[in-house]
Amino acid sequence: MKKNLGILGLLIVVCVVTALCSRGFLTEFNIENLIRRTALFGIISIGAAFVIITSGIDLSIGSVVCLIGCLVPWLLVEKGIGVPVTLLMIACISLCVGLIHGLLITKLRLQPFIVTLCGLLIYRGITRGFLDDQTTGFKGQFEDLRQIGAGAISLPGTEFDLPIPLLILLAVAIAAAVFLHRTIYGRYLLALGRNEEAARFSGVNTDRMIVLAYVICSLLAGLGGLLFVCDVGSAQPVDFGNFYELYAIAAAVLGGCSLRGGEGSVLGVILGTAVMRVLKNSITMIDAIPNKIEFAVIGLVILGGVVADELMNRFAATRAVDTKPNLTSKST
Amino acid sequence: MAIPTADSPPLLEVREISKSFFGVPALRNVSLSLRAGEVHAVIGENGAGKSTLMKVLAGVLSPDSGQIRLDGTPVSVDSPQTAFHLGIAMIHQELNLCDNLDIGANIYLGREPTSYWQIDDARIYRNACRHLEAVGLEVSPRTRVDQLTIGKQQLVEIAKAISVDAKLVIMDEPTSSLSQQEATKLFAVIRRLRDQGVAIVYISHRLAEVSELADRVSVLRDGEVAGSIEHDQITHDNMVQLMVGRNISQSYARGHREIAQPMLSVNGLRTELHPAHPLEFEVHAGEIVGLAGLVGAGRTEVLTSLFGVESPISGNISIDGHQVMIANPREAIAAGIALVPEDRKQQGLILEESIRHNVGLTGLKRHRRIGGFANYARELEDTNKMSNELRIKSSGNGQLTKHLSGGNQQKVVLAKWLAMQPRVLLLDEPTRGVDIGAKQEIYRLIEQLAQRGVAILFASSEMEEVLSLSDRVLVMHEGQLTGEIGRDALSEERIMQLATGSDLVQKLELTVAH
Repeated sequence: MKKNLGILGLLIVVCVVTALCSRGFLTEFNIENLIRRTALFGIISIGAAFVIITSGIDLSIGSVVCLIGCLVPWLLVEKGIGVPVTLLMIACISLCVGLIHGLLITKLRLQPFIVTLCGLLIYRGITRGFLDDQTTGFKGQFEDLRQIGAGAISLPGTEFDLPIPLLILLAVAIAAAVFLHRTIYGRYLLALGRNEEAARFSGVNTDRMIVLAYVICSLLAGLGGLLFVCDVGSAQPVDFGNFYELYAIAAAVLGGCSLRGGEGSVLGVILGTAVMRVLKNSITMIDAIPNKIEFAVIGLVILGGVVADELMNRFAATRAVDTKPNLTSKST
Repeated sequence: MAIPTADSPPLLEVREISKSFFGVPALRNVSLSLRAGEVHAVIGENGAGKSTLMKVLAGVLSPDSGQIRLDGTPVSVDSPQTAFHLGIAMIHQELNLCDNLDIGANIYLGREPTSYWQIDDARIYRNACRHLEAVGLEVSPRTRVDQLTIGKQQLVEIAKAISVDAKLVIMDEPTSSLSQQEATKLFAVIRRLRDQGVAIVYISHRLAEVSELADRVSVLRDGEVAGSIEHDQITHDNMVQLMVGRNISQSYARGHREIAQPMLSVNGLRTELHPAHPLEFEVHAGEIVGLAGLVGAGRTEVLTSLFGVESPISGNISIDGHQVMIANPREAIAAGIALVPEDRKQQGLILEESIRHNVGLTGLKRHRRIGGFANYARELEDTNKMSNELRIKSSGNGQLTKHLSGGNQQKVVLAKWLAMQPRVLLLDEPTRGVDIGAKQEIYRLIEQLAQRGVAILFASSEMEEVLSLSDRVLVMHEGQLTGEIGRDALSEERIMQLATGSDLVQKLELTVAH
């Protein structure tokens, strides 16, 4: 909880600074767009968090976004396949991707980094080869379906429109939080992330839980791909979803997930995503910051956040040691 | 050959060395003298202080007090490097070779001869050849170490020691993973080194080897030197006597228990470590059976195989007369088996989680609600109940287990298994790293469980624990069940005889007596 407050503080600071430096930041249009992008990235970041909690990593998220994002318009427009079948197909593909990652990692004991790095290369390559680097787009059709990414609901009594992806993010976030903190499987995930061997010795089916985490991650990446392409309207296999896995991982870590595993909260991940998006937005908005150094700024802010967190932890740890005699004397 | 005599001056003298870990003494005023040209065996039970003493000599640990004198002058061995320069080489049980490098590179690792800033390979291999010859290893020094058998790797370690003109070579259980043939070859090399005037400290559990090889034997017991035996006095019985020596204090009172039907029956169990020896034994409801043996005898493997952590090669396991298939811990738990594992911090607990989460972990599935929702109320209830029953000392159920003392950590591990009310409880070193007070509580608890009809099988390296807790003791030696001793016939000598693999005649006597 303390961690979430810290990241919320960072978010507010970045927002206030940007609002003071740029007149465009607090406009309705910008805020609505910011919320939309945060929601879209939040969904894939929650997926990344599940894998990170098991002390794994998924580098293939961006390529899965690309694969699904390019496939959806292609299937609908070029192939004329109906919406329900298309959705079913992309769900199956995403699920299979996660399943393959999970099985390779648990059954063959391959390292998650390697498996998903290969995934990153393979899915991108397949998409580009399959579509011959041609952009796929909705070409003005399927406006109803596109609402899930691009649409908004106007709030009665205000000028403000609520982007639909935010509602989807809320649904995903609530489901994820309930799963993580209210079901026995969530507890298993957190437990095995901290100590897989002890979890196995306690009768947890650790392999199955790890596979499940990779499946959830790929499914959410697939959902992300669908929503991104619905938002934008078209997808280019060369760069669609490029670096998204890194944004997702950074957001999860910024939001309190430890790459050592066993730690993380859904709310933190969403706040982490928001910080990332606002930062990117403020670099565009504030004229004093050249757009070219965008990556450097984002990198430095994340690094600063992680260093601050580590220092706080150490401070708390030394204090805990100092007060330990009191703790033991209180015990019965 | 220069047979060392009592009046030849000592090469290395250890005077009044003491060493404690967290207030627990591991060595108490240990004095020892080693002469050039002798094989000096150091023996003792598990935990007697052998490895601590050797680590002090090799500079891995620094003693709290005492002195080490080399050739009559006091020296300070404050790091392995210093020891190395003083001519003290230690060959660890787990060999310290880089198996991706070749023999020559390993022998000269960290002190490679150079010419013009380049490693002088020609010199390395020329010299390595000579050292390999000295240990009777006929392979090219360009052979990668991972291509060699363990026995040959050991010879490479000795060659490395020779290459620095070591005056003292310490060998920790050098034959533990060697075949008979390799061991014979090793002994020949050891004797040759001795004849060249090197002092050899030989640590072993295998008393037969010791009587064959040693010129002198020092026995450690509870961190003290229990005595030394000169060459002509070295016999199996003399050694066992000194190792055991102490009066067995019946430190805790046993209640009376009904021993009922066989609860755990094991038939033809072959573990992966010792596939040649099928095991067969039973543990009855309400019975506490001790599993004794020296380090590496295969006790842990028996327990982990029963719990499904490793899959045994073959074997039938029955619980309460019904055969069960156990391929993983989940199936073991379903069959009513619980394991308190050997490595508490790695296998028993999730240190970064709270007492409540650790205790609750095994019960989550059992108490889950429809849809897989966790029953936290039940978890809290179980944890509170167990904390009271086991008297876990903490600042609350939310305290992280890494902040608990060893004894309380072990109670948490016990609590998480007792909450499931097991029919068979397996414990591996149940009181390792636990203070005296908590030890007694754990014994009392085990006893209570047996009274409730739980079948208990525990492995322990602590002789006193085995003697005071067990209704019956199974003794293992190198993967084999060498004997079974009933409560009435239980004595430390008998266990040690069986555990060190003494001759068959004694073994037959024991089983007949039982």
